Amino acid sequence: MKKKIVLYFPPTVTEQPFTYYLIKDYNLMVNILKADINPHKEGRAVVEISGKETDFQNGIEFLQSRGVKILPLEQEIVWVEERCTQCGACSVICPTGALVVERPSMHVQFYSEKCIVCEHCLQACPSRAMEAHY
Amino acid sequence: MSKKTYEEINARIRAGEAVVVTAEEVIPMVREQGLEETAAAVDVVTTATFGPMCSSGAFLCLGHPQPRMKMTRVFLNGVEACAGLAAVDAYLGATQLPQADPGNKMYPGEFRYGGGHVIEDLVAGKEIFLEAEGYGTDCYPRKQLQKTIRLADMPQATLYNPRNAYQNYNVGVNLSAKTIYTYMGILKPRLGNANYSTAGQLSPLLNDPCYRTIGMGTKIFLGGGVGYVSWFGTQHAPEAPRGENGVPTTSAGTLAVVGDLKQMTPRWLRGVSFMGYGASLMVGIGIPLPILDVETLRYAAVSDAEIFAPIVDYSEAYPQGRGETLGQVSYAQLKSGEITIGDRVVPTASFSSYPGAREIAGILKEWIQSGKFLLTKPVFTLPQSLTGIDYRSLV
Ligand code: SF4
Ligand code: SF4
Repeated sequence: MKKKIVLYFPPTVTEQPFTYYLIKDYNLMVNILKADINPHKEGRAVVEISGKETDFQNGIEFLQSRGVKILPLEQEIVWVEERCTQCGACSVICPTGALVVERPSMHVQFYSEKCIVCEHCLQACPSRAMEAHY
Repeated sequence: MSKKTYEEINARIRAGEAVVVTAEEVIPMVREQGLEETAAAVDVVTTATFGPMCSSGAFLCLGHPQPRMKMTRVFLNGVEACAGLAAVDAYLGATQLPQADPGNKMYPGEFRYGGGHVIEDLVAGKEIFLEAEGYGTDCYPRKQLQKTIRLADMPQATLYNPRNAYQNYNVGVNLSAKTIYTYMGILKPRLGNANYSTAGQLSPLLNDPCYRTIGMGTKIFLGGGVGYVSWFGTQHAPEAPRGENGVPTTSAGTLAVVGDLKQMTPRWLRGVSFMGYGASLMVGIGIPLPILDVETLRYAAVSDAEIFAPIVDYSEAYPQGRGETLGQVSYAQLKSGEITIGDRVVPTASFSSYPGAREIAGILKEWIQSGKFLLTKPVFTLPQSLTGIDYRSLV
């Protein structure tokens, strides 16, 4: 399995080598898509983790036990409304109904709470109105 | 009802008395009041479309540098424009890609930037990096040029699209077992989706299916500014099969259009990228139809349920150039969100923006109502036949 998640590190833990443990002790592949530490020494990283489901669960539990918060990636796909031409092409590509055409107006709407960040729409949208923000 | 002339309609527009409705609004009017009464009441019906139109581009006059230059190659933000014209003129095509674009080498390619995007950036007023080469002549000695340029710096810039506003179009599906990437978008395997691309009941040539009023010189909304129909478009195929209502059941007619790029806006000229296919330009076009008689209105009152498009397999039949179709489907069905092909229910999606088309039809309606946009009588209407083209002028 492969999954993207957001890790939030409180200031007390930002110095610890979590990726190292995830790889070494839990057999997980960790791909860091984005990472930053703010002036308050809080860290945020978007990572793609792949490996066995059980290893993944154990790895997550390990991170949580060390005070790392795991956030879902839900808010990360952004619909740039002014770039959207309201064509509707994304509606058949989006697997969850997060991007839908309202009928009869034919207006396109984005329901971010339904988005599972599969990123299919990033490719399918001709005007590049869908963006991934990490 | 007695017939109306262009002059009479324009007089009413000038006086601010013209009754203008969109091609969507006119449908319930005709249903409720009948053709005769509506034809007497309505002067103009506005139609529109906003969709990807690959056969688009702009003639750019880049202005002479000092010393002067005969440009033989021109690049705008890395996208080559055809410079086989006079010294500093070039034609930038909407589907042109930067030289470094990998195309489909990393299949499917992304085509994030192309000629259509340069055109969008130009009308957005952005600075564009211009690179030009020449071999140098006695009168035009300069051989190299690199500078930034804006649309406002160019002496002239003319959008000239050789084929726009396709009258009707295929519904693309995929019968194969793998996802395919086409100009009809991403088509999922085994009839995973069906993509279509016209505005149906709002679309210009579907409301004047036999070309009674649209022709060379028809004044239109183009990319947010004012433009004109300049000719019939490439691949204009008026002899296509038609239903009893005159509406073609395959692609059929096309338009060539022209207008001053400097009047246009990025809202209605939009660079787009088709995964695995290429770059293009979405163009907004609005065309007014004068209601000269009951017949013009009958055509303009066409609704989605009366317009049919062919379902075509883009995995095999289309690329191999076989004319097979999987049947016909109405735009009312397409817009419902799903169609039935055989025993399969297939979700549908559009590439042409129906809300965009509705907005353009509304803007054009406002322009006409406010008295600032008069109708023009075409020099000749679009040919109804390609054999022995007769450049009919309107009586
Ligand atoms: S990322 Fe996936 S789920 Fe989210 S809107 Fe795009 S296609 Fe839909
Ligand atoms: S494909 Fe892109 S432009 Fe078209 S409706 Fe969806 S988000 Fe908007």
